[in-house]
Amino acid sequence: MVMASVTTIASHLTSTFLYAPEFCRLSQSLHTSQRPCTRKSVSGTISANIDLKPPPYALDALEPHMSKETLEYHWGKHHRGYVNNLNKQIEGTELDKMSLESIILASHNKGDILPAFNNAAQVWNHEFFWESMKPGGGGKPSGELLELINRDFGSFEALIQEFKLAATTQFGSGWAWLVYDLEDKKLVVLKSSNAINPLVLGSYPLLTLDVWEHAYYLDFKNLRPDYISTFLDKLVSWDAVSSRLEAAKVSIEGK
Amino acid sequence: MSWSSSNYLCLSSSSSVTQFSRCKLPCESEGQRGKCQDLNRATNISAYNSLKPPSFKLDKGQRRNDHVLKKPRNISAYYSLKPPPYKFDALEPYMSKRTLEVHWGEHHRGYVESLNKYLGKDDILYGYTLDELIRVTYNNGNPLPEYNVWNHDFFWESMQPGGGNLPILGLLEQIEKDFGSFSNFREEFIETALTLFGSGWVWLVLKRNEKRLAIATTTNAVTPLVWDDIPLLSLDMWEHSYYLDYKNDKARYVNVFMDHLVSWNAALARMARAQSFVNLGEPKIPVA
Repeated sequence: MVMASVTTIASHLTSTFLYAPEFCRLSQSLHTSQRPCTRKSVSGTISANIDLKPPPYALDALEPHMSKETLEYHWGKHHRGYVNNLNKQIEGTELDKMSLESIILASHNKGDILPAFNNAAQVWNHEFFWESMKPGGGGKPSGELLELINRDFGSFEALIQEFKLAATTQFGSGWAWLVYDLEDKKLVVLKSSNAINPLVLGSYPLLTLDVWEHAYYLDFKNLRPDYISTFLDKLVSWDAVSSRLEAAKVSIEGK
Repeated sequence: MSWSSSNYLCLSSSSSVTQFSRCKLPCESEGQRGKCQDLNRATNISAYNSLKPPSFKLDKGQRRNDHVLKKPRNISAYYSLKPPPYKFDALEPYMSKRTLEVHWGEHHRGYVESLNKYLGKDDILYGYTLDELIRVTYNNGNPLPEYNVWNHDFFWESMQPGGGNLPILGLLEQIEKDFGSFSNFREEFIETALTLFGSGWVWLVLKRNEKRLAIATTTNAVTPLVWDDIPLLSLDMWEHSYYLDYKNDKARYVNVFMDHLVSWNAALARMARAQSFVNLGEPKIPVA
């Protein structure tokens, strides 16, 4: 995923559409992929067009580690709520028709956040989170990812420890991240509160874990450490992390 | 038996197990129990937290404070886990027994234990009451350590079985004066609660300087004490507070709180106490 820069705000009619494929999922045919994607405005329908993307697996596919009920609420109510609220907020404004990443960067406003930020960032975070997991996940990473982990953390176990610590000590609502720092060219573990994500912190996200209570309360109640361990042992998709690392390297070379 | 400085907690090492129990105060013997009521309600009890959960059968107006200690002899003063002033199923069907069991028994207890553990490592923070500790550790918005103890004690006491309805007497007058009407206040409170993002609390506070009521929000574990305002009511908007009963339906939770749980008696008592510090009435003495 290439990070769209903030300067595209001025030319929102054209250049934003070149990027994120997730921006216009409705258009099936190739030749429409570069045109603005709007639904026909029937009275009462919102025409702002951030979509609710489903997870890349069925809602019960992560059982018994993450229950179907959790997915139904977490994706079906929370994630959907963020999407709907975001669309309501951006309709008719300059943020309308921008890609999700652009909306996040624009509404982050260098820290002085605008109302659309929380919803936009949460939509992005949740999409990223579903894709960070897979049925039959867990295990160990391999290849270049494992090499970088050994280089930057000493060992895979050390990474796990640090990730667990970040996720456990994030007080209140937030996320734990594994990111690729584009400046220093190394892997880093971060934690962020509420909706903040690495896009606004200047790094390239590779993996995330949602530690808002709604993510684990139905399955684990207050036992956040158990949830974190289950995620790392049984759910995390190292394949997704590897392919994101590839994309990160490409994006550096492209600059 | 030795008396602690507060004259309330007793350390007895007469047997092989050091017992930390409530002292028999002079007023309790000779059938004068009624005179002890105020002393029994001391709110800043420093008792070493034991792992045994307190029994939930409370006599009317009493708090059970017996702890049996099986720890080494060098006792220091820490903070204790105070039970809510009602039984766990007393708030049914608006807040389930299961929620109280997990919210108080796991979350609140966990906060107390981690605070005690932290204090075990840090000498500088010894000797404070909980109120003072909050102010000292606030650190301008980056509190260290983070703990949600005071807020939860306050929250349990902001609710009661058969709560809701309307405030009475001076509190109602003050609300009408500062918000226009009770329903304005109620609407504003609910809207504030619903627009709070992330984990936090919604409060009805008495602002010390402006001498008026206001609705405030705080994130994570912050409390309006750090701004020197006087809290009268609180509502826990952390997800763990409502997720078991209402899942993502925050609106229903907040409405139920206002209609059936909020303890206006507690708020009234707190406001009465606050008026020792904040003059809400018209000045009776003419300024020269």
